[in-house]
Formats: sequence, C-alpha cells, structure tokens
Amino acid sequence: MSGQKLLSTIGFYALVVVIVVFSVFPFYYAIVTSFTTGTDLFKINYWPRAFSWANYETVLGGRNFVRSIWNSVFIATTTVVFALFLAVTASYALARVRFRGRGLLLMMILAVSMFPQIAVLAGLFELVRFLGIFNTPWAMILSYVIFTLPFTVWVLTTFMRDLPVEIEEAAIVDGATPWIIITRVFMPLLWPALVTTGLLAFIGAWNEFLFALTFTSSETTRTVPVAIGLLSGASQQEIPWGPIMAASVIVTVPLIILVLIFQRKIVAGLTAGGVKG
Amino acid sequence: MATNTGGLSLTQQRQRAAFWFIAPMLAALFFVAAWPLIRTIWFSLTNTALSDLYGGEWIGFDNYLSLRILESGRWIWRGTLVDPAWWNAVWNTVRFAFVSVFFETVLGLIVALVLNAEFKGRGIVRAAILIPWAIPTIVSAKMWAWMLNDQFGIINDIMLNLGLIDQKIAWTASTETAMYAVLMVDIWKTTPFMALLILAGLQMVPRDIYEAAKLDGVNPVKVFFRITLPLIRPALAVAIIFRMLDALRIFDLVYVLTPNSAATKTMSVISRENMIDFDKFAYGAAQSTLLFAIIAVFVSLYIWLGKVDFSGEGQR
Amino acid sequence: MTIMKGRALRATATAAMLAVFGAPVMAEELFYVSGAVGNAVENFKALVKPWEEATGNTVTLVPMPASTTDQFGQYRLWLAAGATDIDLYQTDVIWAPQLADHFVDLTEAAKDLIPQHFPSIIESQTVNGKLVALPIFTDAPALYYRTDLLEKHGKTPPKTWAELAETAKFIQDAERAEGAKDLWGFVWQGNAYEGLTCNALEWIKSYGGGQIVEPDGTISVNNENAVAALEMAKSWVGTISPDGVLAYQEEEARGVWQTGNAVFMRNWPYAYGLGNGDDSAVKGKFAVTTLPVGKEGDSSAATLGGWNVAVSKYSTKQEAAISLALYLAGPEAQKQRAIAESNLPTIIALYDDPDIAAAQPIIPQWKDVFLNAVPRPSAPTLGKYNEVSAKFWSAVHNTLSGKGSAAENLELLEVELTDIKGSGW
Repeated sequence: MSGQKLLSTIGFYALVVVIVVFSVFPFYYAIVTSFTTGTDLFKINYWPRAFSWANYETVLGGRNFVRSIWNSVFIATTTVVFALFLAVTASYALARVRFRGRGLLLMMILAVSMFPQIAVLAGLFELVRFLGIFNTPWAMILSYVIFTLPFTVWVLTTFMRDLPVEIEEAAIVDGATPWIIITRVFMPLLWPALVTTGLLAFIGAWNEFLFALTFTSSETTRTVPVAIGLLSGASQQEIPWGPIMAASVIVTVPLIILVLIFQRKIVAGLTAGGVKG
Repeated sequence: MATNTGGLSLTQQRQRAAFWFIAPMLAALFFVAAWPLIRTIWFSLTNTALSDLYGGEWIGFDNYLSLRILESGRWIWRGTLVDPAWWNAVWNTVRFAFVSVFFETVLGLIVALVLNAEFKGRGIVRAAILIPWAIPTIVSAKMWAWMLNDQFGIINDIMLNLGLIDQKIAWTASTETAMYAVLMVDIWKTTPFMALLILAGLQMVPRDIYEAAKLDGVNPVKVFFRITLPLIRPALAVAIIFRMLDALRIFDLVYVLTPNSAATKTMSVISRENMIDFDKFAYGAAQSTLLFAIIAVFVSLYIWLGKVDFSGEGQR
Repeated sequence: MTIMKGRALRATATAAMLAVFGAPVMAEELFYVSGAVGNAVENFKALVKPWEEATGNTVTLVPMPASTTDQFGQYRLWLAAGATDIDLYQTDVIWAPQLADHFVDLTEAAKDLIPQHFPSIIESQTVNGKLVALPIFTDAPALYYRTDLLEKHGKTPPKTWAELAETAKFIQDAERAEGAKDLWGFVWQGNAYEGLTCNALEWIKSYGGGQIVEPDGTISVNNENAVAALEMAKSWVGTISPDGVLAYQEEEARGVWQTGNAVFMRNWPYAYGLGNGDDSAVKGKFAVTTLPVGKEGDSSAATLGGWNVAVSKYSTKQEAAISLALYLAGPEAQKQRAIAESNLPTIIALYDDPDIAAAQPIIPQWKDVFLNAVPRPSAPTLGKYNEVSAKFWSAVHNTLSGKGSAAENLELLEVELTDIKGSGW
C-alpha cells in the first residue's frame, strides 16, 4: 500500500516537473541564445556556454528599439486609462442600475470582444486615414479600444455586481448622486479590480500585432511587437537570431515580473472576465 | 435643472445617469467596432481597391459568388465561395481550432488538477505556467521558430538524441509538419490560460464532496468523471468557447511562424493577404466578412445548444 | 538675439553653399525605406554622404525585414494610405508594375542617366512609358562549385543539369565513402516562397519551357519541357539534395555550403563575399559559373533580381528626393556599392572599371551571368504578379514534395492562372 503511495507521489512530482520544464524551457532557451553570438549560435547549447552582452548592445544601441519600447508604453498606458475611464462609469450603470435591455447590451458588448480583428481591419484603415492619424500612436490607441473596452467593461461589471448593496443604499440615503457613489464610495473598494483589469488590458495592448503592423509606417512609431517582427539581419537573406532573442527577453521580462507580482489578482480577473487578456 | 431632477423619482434619476454613463462607451464601440465592420461589409460588395478606397463600384455579391459564361458557352463560377484557397483556409482554421482547443482543454485540466492539489512548491508551479501566457505572441512565435529551425534548432537535436526521429525535420516549412508546429506553439502558449480558468472552477467545488467520496472508497477516476467534471462543466464551457473563438481568428502566430505555407494559412491570414499583398482588397473584405459570419453563427449555435449563461445574471 | 543672428547667418551660409551646388534652397530631411540592412546600414551613411554634403539635405534609412513578400505588403499599404513619412522606396525589380501609380515618373529627370544603364533593366522599370524606378544594383544567381572537390575527382564544371546531377552524385558517393557523411551534391532554395519561383523559372526556362507567362500575356507554363524540368528537379530531392531542401531559403543553402557540406549551390552574389570570409570552411575553394542548361544548345537562364529606387508621389520633398534617386542610381554611388557591398552595378561602363575589378574581381565575371538573366513575368501580369507567383511556387512545391506529378500540377496551375487572368491581366 505504502509502496503504491510512494509511487504515486513520485509520479505526481514527475508530472509537476514536466509541467514546469515545458512552461519555462522556451524562455530559458531564449535567454541562453540571447547571450550567444557568432558561430556559437549555430551550435546547440543546452547550457549557457558564453556570456556576452553583444546582442543586447546591438538591440538597445541600434536603431530606435528603445523608442519602440516607449511607444508601446505610451500606447498601452493611454489605451488602458481611456478604457478604464469609460468602463468604470459604464459598468456601474450596467451592474447597479436596472433598466430594460441591460442583458442585451451586455451580450452586445461581449460580442464585440469576439470580433475577429481582420473583419474590422479594412474599415478601421479607412477611418484611420480619414482622421489623418495614420502612423501616429493615436491610430493604435483608437483601434485597441475594440478589445480593451469590452473586456474591461465586462470584468468590472462582474466585480461591481458583487459589491454589497448596503453600502450603496446608505450613500443614496445620504443623497449621493451616482457620480459621487462611483468616485467616493465604489472607487476605494474597486481599485484592486481596476489594477487587475488594467494590467490585463495593458498586456493585451502591449502584445497586439496586426493593427500595429498595419497602421505604422516609420520606424519611430513602431511598437515593440512590430519592431521585433520586423527586426532584420545584416544582409538580405540573414536572420539575426541573437538580437531577436535579446529583444524578446527585454520586452518579456517586465511583463513576467508584473505577472508574477499580480498573479493572484490576475487569476481572479481572468476568471471573472473569461476573456483572454 | 436642480428643481427638475428633484421632481424625478430616484429610479428615473438613476436611469438617466446610467444612460449618460453608458453612452460614451457605446459611442466608442460604435466608432471602432460597428462602423468599421459595416464598412468592411460594404467594401465586400464593391470592387474597391486598396489604393483607391472611395473609387469602388457596387458589384453585389460577385466577390462571394458569381457566374460567368465564357464565349465558348462554358459556365464558370467565380468568387470566394468557390475558391479552393479559401476553403483550404477554412479547413485549416477549423482543424486548428478543434485540435488546439481539444489539447488545451485536456492538458489544462491536468495542470489544473495538479494545481488544485496541496503540495509544496505550488506557488512556483503556478508562477511558471503563467510565463508562456505573459510572453507576447510575436515573441513566442520567434522563440519557437528558432527552436524549430531545421539546422540549428534544439527541438530536432532533442528528438534526434532521444531517437524519436532519424533525420532533421524542417518543422515550419514542410507541408506535413507546419501545422504541428503552429499547434505546438499555440498549445504551449494557451494551456496555462485554460488551466487557470478550469482551476477557478475546481476551487468552487466544495471540499467535503471529495471527503465523502473518499470515505465511501470511490475510485478517484470515477470521482473525477462523476463528480468533478459535471460540477466544473459551466466553467469549462465558457473557457472552451472563448478559446475556440480566439482560435478561429488566429493571425499573428501563423503570420510570423509560417508566413507562406498553404498548410497553415488561416482565414485571417488569407484575408489579409488578399487585402494587402494581392491586389484584391474587396475580395479580402469579403473573406473577412465571411469569417465574421462564421464566428457569429458559431457563437449563436453554442449559446443555443449549450445554454451557456454569459450574462452572469442567472447565478444571482 | 544672438541665437537668432547666428541662425540667420548659418542660413545664409547654407543658402550660399546650396546656390553653388544648384541644389534646392531648403535643407530637407528625407526618409529612405529599404530591406537591405545591417552592414548596408553602415555603408548607407557612407554612400549618401557625398550627396548630403553637396545638397545640405539629410537622409534617414528606415530598415525593413529581409522577406520581399513582407516588405511589399507594407509598402503597398503605406502607399495606399498616402503616407508622407517615406520619401523614397527601395523596390524589387518585380514590383514596378504593381506600384507604378504611386511613384513619380523619372523619365524626364533621369534622361541623361538612362543611356548609361543596361536597357533591359531600365525597361523592366518602365510601365506604360513611365519610368517608375531607377536601378541601383542588379542581382542574378549563379552556380557555385567546389574547385577542390571537382579537381580531386577529375570533373569539370557541368554544362547541363544532367551533368550536374551526375557529377554531384559521383562526388557525393565518393566523398561519403571516405567518411564525409554530411556531404550533399547540390543545395538550392526549395521553400514555398518567391525564391522557389526564381529557382523553378530557371529550370523551366533553361529547358526551353518558356517563362510561365510570356511577355505578350499568354500563359505558357503547361508544356512538356516545363514538366520535364520539374520532374528533373524532383529527382534531386533525397538523392543529391537533402529532403530538407524543400524548406531552404538562401541562408539555409548557404549554411550547408559554407560549412563545406555541398558540392554545388545555386545562390546570389552575396554568398560569394561571405563564402570567402575568414570563418568559412570553403574559403578559396570555390568558383562560380553560369547555371546549367537543359540540353546542349539551350541557353542558361538566371532569374533577374535587383533593386531600384523610386520616389513616392506623396512625398512633400520631391525635388530633393528625385535628386537623391538620381545620385543613388548614378555611377558614383553604384561604384561605391560595388566595392563596399559587392553589389552588381547596372551601369555598363562600371564593368570595365579597374577599381571595381581590383576590389571585387567577381563582378566583371558576373556580367555574363546576368546578361543571360530572365525576368520573372511581372511585366505582363501587372498587379496580379504576386498571386501568379504564389500559385506557381505552390504548384512547384507540391510537385517537389510528391503531391501530384509535375504534369498534373502544371495542368492545374494553368487553369488557376487562367482564372486569375480573367479577361486580361
């Protein structure tokens, strides 16, 4: 009996190890590669053999990669602030006020988050051209609303629905207007939810590729994913794996740190939204 | 004004405020979602070219299906609906969606069950599985492209060493393996997401049910299929449909990993190719409209068949 | 005040300088987008420096990824958006007809320069009488062969494809028997992408099978010679070429070649300089020749590559941009590029230039290669070239990987191309 138990414990931990190795290995390998240069790249290394910052220097010192990081930070932050601002008020109304067609409205908002990006690409391209914001950060900020806003509204609505009714009733008795209720009463309770949704929306905007690829034309307006996607080699036919991996590590490490710090909250947010951030 | 609002009932006042709270959001969604969608559908009914967006003429459904009678008297059907390349993309996408979601669900379940157990180092495991999810898709595509490289890739090396293959495989380029490569990356990247959603469902299952089952000496496998699975079915259903919809519109992974392979070209990729790379903007718009329609039908069917409660109001 | 005075003074000085050079009065900042980057970036600064000094303008290079297909999609999009951020585009030889509407006609501006270039290249950039882009360098692949191995086994560089296969097989077998396990006879580019269109066009053309779509617009690809050419290529896969060749682009082929693991390679000139690099296993052990032919009497065919510079219609600084285009296509810049980057000039006289011959002895040799170059059918197929090429490479790739015979796939391809053609290209 105990032998069997030991066996199943070993089996369990073996499974755990497999899961961890599978999850982490590609990123580990990217880090190893990012420290490798020259012909060493074309030898297969399981362990870091050399340790060279050259690839990082190439990426950070070269053409506008730092600029791309700032573009991404600016675009993602602005998108998130904008989406949260619209979403907080809207989700208060959706969660707390009874009115006809509320369920339908929620369904419609959810439907928007399921839009294939490609289906709106042609129309958005026209809109962006019409507004004269092609190749500016605003083109991305505008287009990212399509996936950040429904998501934030949806998650915040779920959160707000669960806030106790009594608090709000007390505020209403005191004569507070809905605006006061949101800003003074709910906001302090809501901020953990805001941080989580904001972070998830931030990751979504940070990672977006198709719109950013379509709406930028100069190197100084590229976002990080586009910059990595378009990172090019020393000659027409050469792919610069070393710098690509270095760039990948640079943009991923902050995200991973953020995710690890907020992991519990993210899990809660994901569950509430049921939407891929 | 102040006197006026004073005359309104509290409910009316709240509803009025609600309207003003919702209006800006709806306006924003209209501008970035509804209006572009309408324009895309409109483009698909014209012969618009990318270089002249306002010069298109109405041609009805010709981009979808049209009949031409040649001088020789032969009938030729043209349009997306009879385009083998389009149907190939539809098939690729559907196959990709079903296979990836299937594996992600199964593996996600396993990971979730592991995480649901009490053991030392659970926090580390949960942190570890969040890493693939946090990595931008483009970055993971590049990372895997490097690992799957036929000459210098580590995957070939590992498999050669393990004796699983006897010759280096050109994963991303060969037509037989390109789809496996895409599936591999997607499953790696998205299983954590599935696992977390399922885990949330698992944690809602009351512990005493398990205790009771244990006392009765019920086989754990039986417990899983008889008790756990039915209880987490709603959470599972929501997770699956969201993943499915995500998988049906997949673009960036395929675009970066296997750009020109007909074996992995999905609906989104082929639409973009027609809109931008080939000089067939309206035709590509027709294909994206079809993709939208397919997803819409899919969602309605699923809601109708599965009676999935999205509004969350049913629980209250 | 002093600042303003200083600025005014400097402005006057610049103006005076510009008046001397007869350049535009305003100093402009131009943006030039190009796929060739890396060491080309370094060289680009040196390349445009004389022009920048002469005119007072500055140029910034916007680098793009290597894949021609990716670049093209982006450029088409930007041009459709009327992007004013890019003034000059470096364009592939096959793009002229597809992007013609967005570029400035350079016929007038370049009338003194045009006669110096090879007429065929100028012609490839002319669409309905409009000179869309000016050639800055040309490209044509050749057959690389290992002089040491051929000598050792008493073989001569092959004239026909059959000879090539035979020699490759012979040396491969002999060397493998001596322990060189990883040696392959012939590497080329078999991935499903534009490069396969180039490779396959060479086989078919040199077999007398036409060039997919003829200059008058007829679809000629479904013929016996083309079938024979593709069947021949298919017979290489797994015998003298690794199975993985179906996934090779230029770099993969060069990787095998440069580590000393191939007897023959089909590749562009860039591999020549790299093959003679210090870390190359084949340094000094190889030479190049024209690609083989189908049978004695056929003529060799190398796909015409090459890059050009075009001025965007949407540029707000067209005068300066045209001036830069003329400079880049002119003898001074082409000579610099030839020496620094081993790019093949498009100006006839440069092939007799002693400096170039001294610095890059390969270049005068290459003249024969590219004089035989065949253009891809981008001119007759106009805006539909990309689609035609995609269909063609898919058909070829299917044949090579054993999905259907060459005859079946080419028959199907003919139907598909006829469909794309519709009532006319």
